[in-house]
Order: sequence, then C-alpha cells, then structure tokens
Amino acid sequence: MSALIECRDLVKTYTMGDQTVRALDGVSLDIEAGDYVAIMGASGSGKSTLMNLMGALDRPTAGSLRIAGEELAGLDADRLAAFRNRTIGFVFQQFNLLPRTTALENAALPLVYAGVPAEERRRRALSRLEQVGLGERVDHHPSQLSGGQQQRVAIARSLVNDPKILLADEPTGALDSQTSEDIMRIFDTLNREGITIILVTHEQEVAEHARRQIVFRDGQILEDRS
Amino acid sequence: MNLISSLRIALIALRVNALRSALAMLGVIIGVASVIVLVSISEGTKRAVEEQIASFGANLLIIRPGSSMFGGRHGGAGTADPLTDSDVEAIRNEVAGLAGVSGEVNASSTVVFGGVNWSTRIQGVNPDYFSARDWTIAEGRTFSGAEDQSGRRYVVVGQTIINELFDGADPVGQAIRIGGQPFEVIGTVAPKGENSWGMDQDDIIFAPLNTIRQRFGAGIRGTQRDAVQTIYADIAPGESTGRVIADIQDLLRIRRDVPPGAEDDFAVGSLAEFIRARNETESQLGLLLAVGAAIVLLVGGIGIMNIMLVSVTERTREIGLRLAVGAKRRDVRNQFLIESIVLCLIGGLAGLVTGVGGTLIYAQVGQLDIAIDPMIVGIAIGASALVGVFFGLYPAHRASRLDPIDALRFE
Repeated sequence: MSALIECRDLVKTYTMGDQTVRALDGVSLDIEAGDYVAIMGASGSGKSTLMNLMGALDRPTAGSLRIAGEELAGLDADRLAAFRNRTIGFVFQQFNLLPRTTALENAALPLVYAGVPAEERRRRALSRLEQVGLGERVDHHPSQLSGGQQQRVAIARSLVNDPKILLADEPTGALDSQTSEDIMRIFDTLNREGITIILVTHEQEVAEHARRQIVFRDGQILEDRS
Repeated sequence: MNLISSLRIALIALRVNALRSALAMLGVIIGVASVIVLVSISEGTKRAVEEQIASFGANLLIIRPGSSMFGGRHGGAGTADPLTDSDVEAIRNEVAGLAGVSGEVNASSTVVFGGVNWSTRIQGVNPDYFSARDWTIAEGRTFSGAEDQSGRRYVVVGQTIINELFDGADPVGQAIRIGGQPFEVIGTVAPKGENSWGMDQDDIIFAPLNTIRQRFGAGIRGTQRDAVQTIYADIAPGESTGRVIADIQDLLRIRRDVPPGAEDDFAVGSLAEFIRARNETESQLGLLLAVGAAIVLLVGGIGIMNIMLVSVTERTREIGLRLAVGAKRRDVRNQFLIESIVLCLIGGLAGLVTGVGGTLIYAQVGQLDIAIDPMIVGIAIGASALVGVFFGLYPAHRASRLDPIDALRFE
C-alpha cells in the first residue's frame, strides 16, 4: 500500500529577474492517509511552495508528486482544478470567503464547480456548517460573522466536497489565541474522524496539535519528527 | 457551473457597485437608444416613400424625348424629336417583361355638365395606362384598344370631377362637354388623394389618346401627327428593371438612329428610383446617424471593457479562491463574460425604452414619419449582447488566465 502523498526529489525553481531561486531543492516525503502533519519553517524556507504543490495549485519543476495514486506533474490547469475539486480542501489564513454571499453559499461553492445540483449543494453545505457549529448562522454574510466564525465557514467549505486531504495555510494566523484553540480543536476532531490534515504554521503551539512535524530550511527538510 | 448560478453571481456583482454599473451602462443605453430612434425614423421614411411609389405604380418606367442638339448646343428637356405611337407599339411588341405600355398626351380644358363648369387636366392615354399607373376602376369601365384607335369620345373621370361636376353622384352614362365637344362618361377611377408634392391626383379626366390628339391637337409637334408626350411602361413582377431599361434604350436608339457613342436623345427613368433618389438626402442623413450610433456603441463598449477590467482586478482574490476550489478556466471566463453581457443587456433594455420615448418625442416635435417596428426589440437585445460579448471577452479571458496562487495572494 503506497502512501497518500508521495513526493520524490521535488524541485521547484522560480526566476526572479536574472536570478533563479530554488524554492524546493529535491524534497522526498511520504504522508500516510489519516496523518496529521505540521509543516514549519521560516519564510522562504520552501514550506509554502510545498503546500502549493501538494494542493495541486502549482506544478513541480522536476521530480514526481503522486497524490491518491495520481501523478500531478503532467496535468494541465483544468485537470488540476478538477483534481483539487475532488481531493483537496483548503483553509486559508485570510479565510477567503466571498463577500455579500451567505455562509451557506460560501460553504457550497466547491460543489458548484463539481456540477452538484442546487438542492444537494444546500443539503451538504448545511450539514458541514452544522458540523463546525454554525448551523444557526447559515444565512449570515461574512461581514456579520466574527473571525472565528468566518474560519469555521471556510472549514465547512473545505469539507463540503468530502476531500481526502485538508490543507490549512496558517489557519489561526488571523485569530486571537482563544479562537485559535477552538479552531485547532475542530481540526483535531476532523483528524480523529479520519481525514488527513496538513498545516503550515510558524507557531509551535499550533504545530503541537499535529502528530508529525516537518521543519524546512532553504528548500530542504531540516527535521522530520513524529 | 450552470447558467442560473452564473446569472445570480453576475447580478450580485453588478448590484454591489450599482452606481458604477449604471454609469458603465450609460454608453450602451445612449448607443442603443440612438439606434432605435434611427431605425424608427428611417423605417418611417422608407414606408412613406414606398407608399408614394405604390400610388404612382410601383414598377413604372417613364420614357420621354431628351434634349435636341443644334450646332453643339443642347436644347431643353423634351426638345428632341417626340416619341410616337409606333414607338409605343415597338416597345410593347419587342421588349420582353412588360405588363403594359401606354402613351400619354396632355391637354387642359374647361369641362361642362349642366350648368356647372370646371377646368381640369385631360389625359389622352392607351388602355394599358390604368393598370400601369395603378388606377383602379371604381364604376363603369375603361375604353378598349379599338375604341382608342377609332377616337371614340369616351371619358373616365376622377373623384374630384365627380365631386365638382356631378355633386358626388354616379356620372357613368352622363354626357359632358369638353372644350365645347360632347363626350360620354363611361367609367370612374378610385381616388388616390394628393401626391407627395401636394397635387390633387383625382382632378383628372382620361380619354382615348387618339381622341384627344384629334380633338385637341395635343402631342402634335411639327408634322408628326402620331406623337405622344410620354410613354409609360409597366414592368411585370419579377422582371429586372435594369434589363428592361437597357432593352428599351437599345430599341429606341435604333429606331431614332442615334449613332453609336452618341448620347441618348431620350430618357428612360424609373419613377420608383426617381422618388428614392429624391429621398437619398434623407438616407444619407440616416447613414450619418448610423455612424454616430455605432461610435456611441463603440465608446459604450470601451466603457464596459474598462469597468470589467476594474472588476476583474478588484476580485482577483475571489477568482483565486474559485480556481482553488475547482473552477476551470472556462468557468471563470464565462462568469465574467455573463456579467458583461448582463450589464449590456440591462443597458440595452434601458436604451430600448429611452429610444422608443425619444422616437415618439421626435415624431411629435419634428412632424416626421416614424415606424416603431417590433424588430427594434431584437435590435436592442442583439446590439447590446454583441457589445457585451465583444468587449467582455478580453477582461473575461484575462480573469481566466490568472494563476491561482498569485490571485490568492493578491492584495
């Protein structure tokens, strides 16, 4: 049985002016299904680049990246979009909810692009909002919700398409410590229920929630501890 | 993503910036409104012209002698040798595609019935004249070719004559005197009213051409006692006007011994074309207006494109998010394209209302012919949708080419 995520000699370079930056410098890494991983490192260490690759938002310059048995290295933009839609759930630092759109519609957004009929979209988004404790506020717009509530909507959105992997990029970065703790407990619960979670964070307290911590420096893995 | 969700997203996005959307639409509104006004006016003019043409005889050719040449000097129109009965016969027999041919001579005289008299035009014509000029027989009959040949003193009278001489009563069978000579009324023609320059077309008496020529000497110049002033030729439906004109010209050049290379000493004109030419100034004005409307639509479209580019930039993060959760490039492109089309369609409908209102005001103030055709609804929707697609395509394409990572990071 192969791992859920298999990175083999992943290289990602960017060209900035006449300089080539090696953001990822030959990273090999396996993440098993059901794992709870925190990726840490200073800014520019390559952790965000790896996150983008694992989220199928970007393609590696070299190396192989297999997620759920599918090789991503050769896929075009639309195939990557379809892959993200069925396999990945995203949680962002800045929530990225659509303004002037209800929590319910925000949570249902990925299903719109999956071609799910309206009635089923509503039902599934509602059940995910209830799961994150927002069942009472489904008709509120983001501007009527607190930061913690907005992030819950975003988590409901990331779960609505039943993804295999939940990618969270500094999910508590814009929240106070109490709210952060609430959000992290939601992640803990979700992981116990079986979903694979990968967090990018620079906060040790957040990283402590994960079972495995991977520290990056200069585009390479510095430390990988469980 | 289906159309209804796209439409909803578009309407929400437009409502959020209602004032900006309205201002962006303004160009489309004005553009569509001017197209509507323009179409209504030019349709109105066209219909008025067609009505005029129909009242003259839609496919009528008028043949007249041209100007004479004497020592290199042109005489006036009609100074060349007159056309004759045999020209009428030749055209009738040798030119294909004609429904009828008639000569015409004019006289004017005083007409007397009982104690009433009235001065009017007397036209000597061949029997084909009535159908060629679209005169409908209302009562009685017209004269036959044989009655024309033998110079019978029969007349067919117009409505004004009925009113003035007979006090509106049926004149068929009555005897009248024209220039002191007795004639019998054998028929009447249905009224046509005034023509476009205000002449009463019904103030007229028709008689056999030979009768008028014999009795009143009309159409006789010099020694040619078979002269006619004008020949009317009625082109049969479906025949080519240009071909018939060319055939008549060829025939008359031979008959009148016009040397090759010399100008025709006669003129073959189409009445319909004459009237259309008279309205050419109006249609050139229409062209100018059309160019103006097109420019307004163009500028309006550029406004739409500008606002759509602003919208794409403002919503870069939204686009990034949509791409991240699975929107394909075409989903994003369609979303913005639909937004642009919706924006323009709303503008188009507002323009339609404005345009119809403007047309009605124009007709009131300018006392002009207008025709509000249902097709303008199609024009308004078509023109604005076209502007929406054309000027929305580039911003939508740009949105769809965004990189999800850069878009999500956009501040």
